Amino acid sequence: MKRIISILIENESGALSRVVGLFAQRGYNIDTLTVAPTDDDTLSRLTLTTQGDDHMAEQIVKQLHKLIDTIKVVDLTQGPHIERELMLVKVKASESDVRNELKSCVEIFRGHIIDVTPYTYTVQLAGDSEKLDAFIEAVGEMGIMEVVRSGVSGIARGDKFLRV
Amino acid sequence: MELLSGGEILIRALKDAGIKHVWGYPGGAALHIYDALYRQEDVHHLLVRHEQAAVHAADGYSRSTGEVGTALVTSGPGATNAITGIATAYMDSIPLVVISGQVPLTKIGQDAFQETDMVGVSRPIVKHSFLVTRTEDIAETIAKAYYIAATGRPGPVVVDIPKDVTDPSYKVPYVYPAEVKMRSYQPTDKGHRGQIRRAVKTLIGAKRPVLYTGGGVVLDNASEHLIALAKTLNYPVTNTLMGLGGYPGTDPQYLGMLGMHGTYEANTAMHHADVIFAIGARFDDRVTNDLEKFCPHATIIHIDVDPTTVSKNIEAHIPIVGTCNSVLPEMLALIEQSETTPDTDAIAEWWQQIDQWRADKGIYTASRYEESSGNCIKPQDVIKMLYKITEGKAIITSDVGQHQMFAAQYYLFDKPRTWINSGGLGTMGFGLPAAMGCKLAFPDCDVACVTGEGSIQMNIQELSTCSQHNLPVKIINLNNAALGMVRQWQDMNYSSRYSESVYENSLPDFVKLTEAYGHVGMKITHIDELEDKMREAFAMKDRVVFMDIDVDRSEHVYPMQMPGGSMRDLWLNKTERT
Ligand SMILES: Cc1ncc(C[n+]2csc(CCOP(=O)(O)OP(=O)(O)O)c2C)c(N)n1
Ligand SMILES: [Mg+2]
Repeated sequence: MKRIISILIENESGALSRVVGLFAQRGYNIDTLTVAPTDDDTLSRLTLTTQGDDHMAEQIVKQLHKLIDTIKVVDLTQGPHIERELMLVKVKASESDVRNELKSCVEIFRGHIIDVTPYTYTVQLAGDSEKLDAFIEAVGEMGIMEVVRSGVSGIARGDKFLRV
Repeated sequence: MELLSGGEILIRALKDAGIKHVWGYPGGAALHIYDALYRQEDVHHLLVRHEQAAVHAADGYSRSTGEVGTALVTSGPGATNAITGIATAYMDSIPLVVISGQVPLTKIGQDAFQETDMVGVSRPIVKHSFLVTRTEDIAETIAKAYYIAATGRPGPVVVDIPKDVTDPSYKVPYVYPAEVKMRSYQPTDKGHRGQIRRAVKTLIGAKRPVLYTGGGVVLDNASEHLIALAKTLNYPVTNTLMGLGGYPGTDPQYLGMLGMHGTYEANTAMHHADVIFAIGARFDDRVTNDLEKFCPHATIIHIDVDPTTVSKNIEAHIPIVGTCNSVLPEMLALIEQSETTPDTDAIAEWWQQIDQWRADKGIYTASRYEESSGNCIKPQDVIKMLYKITEGKAIITSDVGQHQMFAAQYYLFDKPRTWINSGGLGTMGFGLPAAMGCKLAFPDCDVACVTGEGSIQMNIQELSTCSQHNLPVKIINLNNAALGMVRQWQDMNYSSRYSESVYENSLPDFVKLTEAYGHVGMKITHIDELEDKMREAFAMKDRVVFMDIDVDRSEHVYPMQMPGGSMRDLWLNKTERT
C-alpha cells in the first residue's frame, strides 16, 4: 500500500541525509521525496511516499521519529488527507491539430500551458499522482519530450495540523 | 567574560560536562585541541596505540561505570580507525562522545589531506552527529552531545570539529549552557499507565512465566528492581548475553543465559512459557532462532525505552515504552497492591518442571563436557578456575569467539556492569582495550580479559598503552590455535573443511611478546599447574599478566541452537540433540 509520510524536521545540515540514509539502511524504498523550509525557516517540511504494510509503516514512522532532528512525523494515509503533485511536461506540438487536441486535453485536466514554441507546448499540471499519470497516458501518443514531477506533498483534511 | 580559543573551549566544556578521562590519538587536524589539552590538568588524556582501541577503552569505561565515555581522534585515518569502535558501541547502546578533528572549513569538500566526511561515514552507526562550524557553538554542542548520548536509548555521538574552528588566535567568550533543551529530542522514561496495569494482570495470571531480561536492565541500573520483582513473584529469570549480571548468576531462580549458546533449561522454558516478560531485551536473532517457531504459547509483554525495538521482530501483546528503571518499580507497587496473587500451585509445578530440565541436561547440575586431564585443558575449566580464584568478583571483559561463550556460560556474574563484551557487533579486538577502560575506572578491582589467540592479535598493541598508563589488567588467552568459533561452524556445517581458520604454526610466542612490552607472560599447558599459576598471576596486583593457556583444540561450545529451529532445538554435545 502507498504511504504518504510527512515529517517536520530541524532545518539543519545533515538532517535530510539522515532521513534518506535511514531508508537505505533499513531497506525501505522512497518513491517520492519533497522538502522545503516552512513559514518558520528553522523548520523543514518533508513529505515522502513509500510502499509498505501497516507493520512496516509503523516501523518507518517510529524510526523517523527516533532521529534526533525530527520533531513530528505522521503517516497521512492513516486518515483523510489531500495529496498534490506538480508536473511540468514538454510535448511535441508542431501541427495545428495536435496543438488543438493538446489544448483541450490540458483544459479537461485543468492544467495550464505555460510555455509555447513553434514546435512545443510546456504544460503545468497539479493534482494527485493518479491524475498526473492519467494525463501522461492521455497525451503519450502525441510525443512527450520531457516530464518533471515534484513528488507528492500532503496535508491532513480538516482541523488537524502539523506544527511545533 | 573570559575569552578562549576553540581548543580551550572544547577542553573546558569537557570539564564542565564532568569528563575526567579522554582516550585518544593526535594528528594534524586535532593539534590545536591537543595543545589546549597540554596546558591544563582537569581533563586527563590517555594515549592509545590505535584509535579503535581509544573508542573501545572509552566504551569499557562507560559499560563498567555507567558514565559517558569519551574519545578524541584526528581527521581522516584517525576518524576511520574509530569507526569499528563506534559501531560496537552503537549496537550495544553504549553512551559515548567521539570527537574527531576535521580539515579546515575552507578545505572541506576539496579532497584535502586527511579529509574524510566523518559525519557521513559514521551516520548509520551513531545516535547523532554534529559538524561544528563556529567556535561559538563548541560548548553548546558538547553539552548537547553528552545529553543525547546518555539519555533515552543511549548511544555514541560524533562531534566533528574543523581545524579552523579551534584556531588558537580566534578567541570568544566561554559559556557552558546550564541545561540542554531540544525541541526535537525529548526522551520519556515513563511507561503508559494502562499498559502497565494490563501487564501486571497478565503477569500475575501466568502459569508458566519467564522473565527474559537484557542489556536494558544493566544500562538503566534497574537490576535491583528486577531482583525485587522476580523475588516477589518467584518467577524464573533468564538473561541475554548483554544482560548477564543484571540478575545474579548464582541465584536459584536464575536459569542461565538464553539463545544460541544458552542453557537447555532457559531455552526450553522460553519455548513452553505462557507469558514471556521481555525487559530491556530486543528479541535478537541470536536469541529467538527461527521467528516462525518462536515460543508458540506465549503472551508477550515487552518493556523497552526505544519504541522502534518494541514489536520490531516479535509482536508484543502488551508493549510498554519506558525505562526499566521507571516501569519496574511501578509494576512492583501494583503487584503489591493487587488483590489477585500468582497461582502458587501452577508456579510450583512450573519450577518442578524446570528443575527436571536442569537435572536432565543443565550445564550447572553436572559437567556436560569431558573433564580436563594432563595436557588437555578444557576451556570451560579455565573459566571455572578464573571464577574460583577471583571469587566471582572480577570485572570480566571478553573478545569474540568460543572463549566469549565459555566465559558467558561459566563465570556466574552476580553484579551488573561486571561482564563487558561486544554482543551486538561481535567485535574481535574489543576485549583488551575495554579492559583498560574498566581498570582505569576500578583500579582496585581485578579486571581480566578472556580472549583467544585470534582476537587478542587484533589489538595487542595496547599492551604498550597498559604500560604507559599503568593499567595492570590480566589476560586469559584460551589458546586453541584456531579461529575456534569459525572452526566449530566448519565442523558442523562444512564437513570440517577448515578454510582459513588455522594458522599453520605462525602464532607468536605470547610469553616473549608480553615480556617485550615489559609485562609478565605465562605459558600454561597442564591442568595441574592451572590453579597455582593463575593464583600467582592474580597475586601480582600491579602487573599486566598474560596467561597463554593451551586449551583443547577440538572443543565446541554447547548447547547450540540448530539453524531454522525453535528456541529449544539444541545440540547438547557433538552427538546428542534435543
Ligand atoms: C573483527 C572480526 N572479524 C571476524 C569475526 C568473525 N569471527 C567470529 S569468532 C571468530 C574466531 C575468533 O577466534 P579466537 O579469538 O581465537 O577465539 P576462539 O573462537 O578460538 O575462542 C571470528 C573470526 C569477528 N567476530 N570480528
Ligand atoms: Mg582461538
